[in-house]
Amino acid sequence: MILLVVEHADGKVSKSSREMIAAARALRREGPITALVLGSAVAAIAAEVAFSVDQVLVADMPELAQYDAELWAAAVAQIASEGEASVVLIAGSRSGREYSPRVAVKLDSPLLEDVVSLQSKGDSLIAERYTYLARVTETVEAKAPIVIASIKPGAFTSATPRANAAEQFDVDLNLPPRRLHVTGKITEHSARISLEEAEIVVSGGRGVGSAEGFTRLVEALADQLGAAVGATRAIVDAGWRPYSEQVGQTGKTVQPKVYIAIGISGAVQHLSGMNKSKVTVAINRDAEAPIFKIADYGIVGDAAQIVPAIIEALRR
Amino acid sequence: MRILTFIRQVLDAEESVRLSGSSVTLDNSKLVIDTMDEYGVEEALRLRERGADAEIIALAIGPPGAQDVLRTALAMGADRAIHVETDARLDAIALSKVVAQIAQQEQIDLLFSGGQQADWDSHALAPATAERLHWPQITWATLLELKGTILTGKHDTDEGSENFTVELPVVVTTQQGLNEPRYPTLPNIMKSKKKELRKETLDQYGVSPTVSVLREEIQVKARLNRILDGKDAQAAASQLVDLLRNETGVIA
Repeated sequence: MILLVVEHADGKVSKSSREMIAAARALRREGPITALVLGSAVAAIAAEVAFSVDQVLVADMPELAQYDAELWAAAVAQIASEGEASVVLIAGSRSGREYSPRVAVKLDSPLLEDVVSLQSKGDSLIAERYTYLARVTETVEAKAPIVIASIKPGAFTSATPRANAAEQFDVDLNLPPRRLHVTGKITEHSARISLEEAEIVVSGGRGVGSAEGFTRLVEALADQLGAAVGATRAIVDAGWRPYSEQVGQTGKTVQPKVYIAIGISGAVQHLSGMNKSKVTVAINRDAEAPIFKIADYGIVGDAAQIVPAIIEALRR
Repeated sequence: MRILTFIRQVLDAEESVRLSGSSVTLDNSKLVIDTMDEYGVEEALRLRERGADAEIIALAIGPPGAQDVLRTALAMGADRAIHVETDARLDAIALSKVVAQIAQQEQIDLLFSGGQQADWDSHALAPATAERLHWPQITWATLLELKGTILTGKHDTDEGSENFTVELPVVVTTQQGLNEPRYPTLPNIMKSKKKELRKETLDQYGVSPTVSVLREEIQVKARLNRILDGKDAQAAASQLVDLLRNETGVIA
């Protein structure tokens, strides 16, 4: 079977899960596409995902209310070996990329990490992934009885549900004790559309001047366009914006139809998180800023003057 | 206690990537310590300066030139270094076998590694090593405090951050924001030349790659580069909005 671990948050199936289902279907391998739902009070998640796969395995346990890398790795490795999975798909989110290597070690399997394509070729799997801060695409091959792959969010088009729901089965897990104790949680929520799901992203960097400048320029333009809001590492570190909005090497990777960079100079670490955007727009005072090299459209000038003028032009 | 900081030598982020045939070549390129790993060296030093009785060992696995980054770590203040010399490209799962064996031989209590490798964009080494050692892991740490064998701190998660408590031994991944790495001073650079830098060969660790790299290609995405002069903000803004409306299809 092809096993995929359903990612969900706030009682909803994440987009990354629908993308993994698409990746699993495209493999055209024998054996059922099997979704594993881990969590507590996850009946609705399992019911929803049942419309897109061949069978659903559900571990609905209070111990799984909080994600933990060791627990998740143990659960996935157990189900993969009991079910004789040939491929295990895990979301390439920060958590997915943190527990998938543990699954690979437990199963003595290769790991295809953060892949943007995946296909079967004979009994091996061929994948493409980005390297060198997303400046290089490498093609890799893994050949083993079980291969683990983490799927880069946004790389696959979400699978569409079918008319009939697949059967659900409860599974028993042997979980290790929790060793990492979480003593506090800071979850960042935004009322806007999420960065991963938005067609338009408006991002700001130091060039917006201040946290107030960000609100006046970046947020105002984003709201005018119904866009998501992004930020550079520098201004997240400066405390102007929450980490959840960070785009780049240590933040989120986005590939919207339009990416508008305001006051962003374009360090490679930031570019690696957005350089797959379909159309890029840059507004920056410095004509030499690296962001202009990857821009389709741009304006050299003062963002404080230009952004309000853009908002006005959009309203016309 | 003993702290192991794993460090890699990578292409300087400011340098362009070049190909030779169908693979990346680093010949004649500027190579540096992977900055994400450097935060681990710095954090080990700071834990010691705040009172931890720790020996700090830097580890690199790579070609002969990788000893340069070990020299950097020694000059920053690490006590000794181990260099496993190899030209083989090992994926993270294979590499973790070597790191885990060394951590065991050296009786390590705390292992640092960068959150993401600047060359292969991988997060996998630290978790894979933790699994081989049967240790817990903390990824993307932004704050660490050590009291005896209890490590507390803060780290980034999918949608925010968490405060945590964990008992040693543990693997921790480091990143920007955790600290500001120091520059080695001249006296410390001089002193570091006398420090032990042990060379080992890869053979004894019994590893081979689990994934094969078929080819590498530099991404080329042609951009239109239609850059307008913004001296007249109104005119430039209207022109840009017209272009976006006509050519992107998603802006109304």
